[in-house]
Amino acid sequence: MSSVRLLVGTKKGAFVLTSDGKREKWAVNGPHFGGWEIYHMKGSPVDQNRLYASQSTGWFGQLIQRSNDGGKTWEPVGNKFVYDGVPGTHQWYDGTPHPWEFKRVWHLEPSLTNADAVYAGVEDAGLFHSANGGQTWDELSGLRGHGSGPRWQPGAGGLCLHTIILDPADPKRIFIAISAAGAFRTDDGGQTWKPINRGLVSQQIPEPTAEVGHCVHHVAMHPARPNRLFMQKHWDVMRSDDAGDSWQEVSGNLPTDFGFVIDVHAHEPETIYVVPIKSDGEHYPPDAKLRVYRSRTGGNEWQALTKGLPQSDCYVNVLRDAMAVDTLDSCGVYFGTTGGQVYASTDAGDNWAAIVRDLPAVLSVEVQTLA
Amino acid sequence: MIRVELPAHLRTLAKTSGEVTLNVEGKVTLASVLDALEARFPMLEGTIRDHVTQKRRPFVRFFACEEDLSHEPPDAPLPEAVALGKEPLLIVGAIAGG
Repeated sequence: MSSVRLLVGTKKGAFVLTSDGKREKWAVNGPHFGGWEIYHMKGSPVDQNRLYASQSTGWFGQLIQRSNDGGKTWEPVGNKFVYDGVPGTHQWYDGTPHPWEFKRVWHLEPSLTNADAVYAGVEDAGLFHSANGGQTWDELSGLRGHGSGPRWQPGAGGLCLHTIILDPADPKRIFIAISAAGAFRTDDGGQTWKPINRGLVSQQIPEPTAEVGHCVHHVAMHPARPNRLFMQKHWDVMRSDDAGDSWQEVSGNLPTDFGFVIDVHAHEPETIYVVPIKSDGEHYPPDAKLRVYRSRTGGNEWQALTKGLPQSDCYVNVLRDAMAVDTLDSCGVYFGTTGGQVYASTDAGDNWAAIVRDLPAVLSVEVQTLA
Repeated sequence: MIRVELPAHLRTLAKTSGEVTLNVEGKVTLASVLDALEARFPMLEGTIRDHVTQKRRPFVRFFACEEDLSHEPPDAPLPEAVALGKEPLLIVGAIAGG
C-alpha cells in the first residue's frame, strides 16, 4: 500500500510527517535542526530516501543537510556557495547599485534523473548546481550574466531565487523565478537564459510591462503539460500555454489576486489551487477566512474551498513554497501556515483537516508519495 | 592544548559536547585556532567566519579572559592564558533577534 511523507520546513526546525495511503493518522517526527530556519526540504524523485534540506540562521549562516534514509538521520554536506567570477551589482531598495552577496538557499530542486544532482536557488538571486549530492556547488552564472542583473531588485523578502522547475520532457529546459526580477527560462541546460515575462503587468514598477522587475511569487507546472505554466504574481494569477513566452491573467472571480502559493492537481492538469491573501500590506486572508480557491478550468473560474478551514478570526499567511500535492488516486493537497498549522485534503480540496496545529511558522511543505 | 567553547547550535552540528581541545602549531591566534577547529570539524566551515573573506560572521563573538576579542585582527596573539590552556576561547552567538 502506498504511503505519504510530508517534509515541513519551519522557522525553528524541520518536521517529517508520515501516514499510510488513507492519510488519516499521521506520525510527526522532529524537530530536526531545532532552532534553525528550514527554508526548504525536498526528496529526490529517483531515490525517495534521499532528501535535501536548506538550514540557516542569521547567526551561523547556511548549511545543507542530506538524508539517505528518508529523514531519520541527516549529515551536513557542502555549504560553500560562491558566485562565479566578479559578482557585480544589483539594484538596492533605494535604487543604488548593491554588490551581490550570498545570504541563504531558498529552494532545493533535486534532479529528475540523478539522486546526486540537485539545484539550489539562492538569495541574492543565483542558481547553483551540485553533481555530487551537495558536497560542492557551482553557479550556473549564465542566469546572472543575462545582462539584466543590474536592474534586478529585492522584494520585501530579499532578492531571492525561489522557484526552480525542471522540464520532464526536455532535460535542457529549466524555469526559475526571482523576486523581484521575474521568470526566466533556459533551453540549453543553464548556459543561457531569457526573461519570460511578456504579459505580466506590475503597477508597482516604473514601467509596468518591463522585461524584468516583476515580483513573481511562485510558478507551478503539471509534469504532463510542461509548456503550461501557472503563476502567482505579487498581484495577479497568470497562465502561460507556451512555456512562458506569453502570459494571460486568469485571476477571474478571486476575492483578491494577491497571494504566494499556486499548485496543480496531480491528475488534472487544468485544476489549480491558490490561497488568496488580502494584500501586500496585510499578509492574512481576506475577511479573516482561510480559503483555498480551486479552478478546474485552468483559471478564471474559481471555487472557494472552506470545509474544515477556519472561517473566522484567521490571520495566518501561506508562504510560496508551502503547498504541495501527492499523487495518490484521490489527489491529496497540503499546505502550511505561518500560524504553524499544516492542513491536508484527501479529496482534492473538498474537505480539509489539520494534521498538526502548533508547529513553528511553516516556511515550506513538500510531499512524497511512497510506493 | 587550546580550549574552545562552542555555542550550543554548533556543538550539535559538530556532534560534540563540552569544550573542544585543539592542538595549534605555532602562534596562537584567532585565525590559527579557527583553522584548527575547522580542520577537526569541517562542518563548521562557513558558520563562524565567511568561506571566502574569512571575516567573522556578524552575529558571532569571540570572548576570552573576560575580554571581547571580536574586533581584534585575526592574526593578533590570543591572551597567554588561552595559549597555555588555562582559559577557554569562547565562541558566542550574539544576543540578537528579540
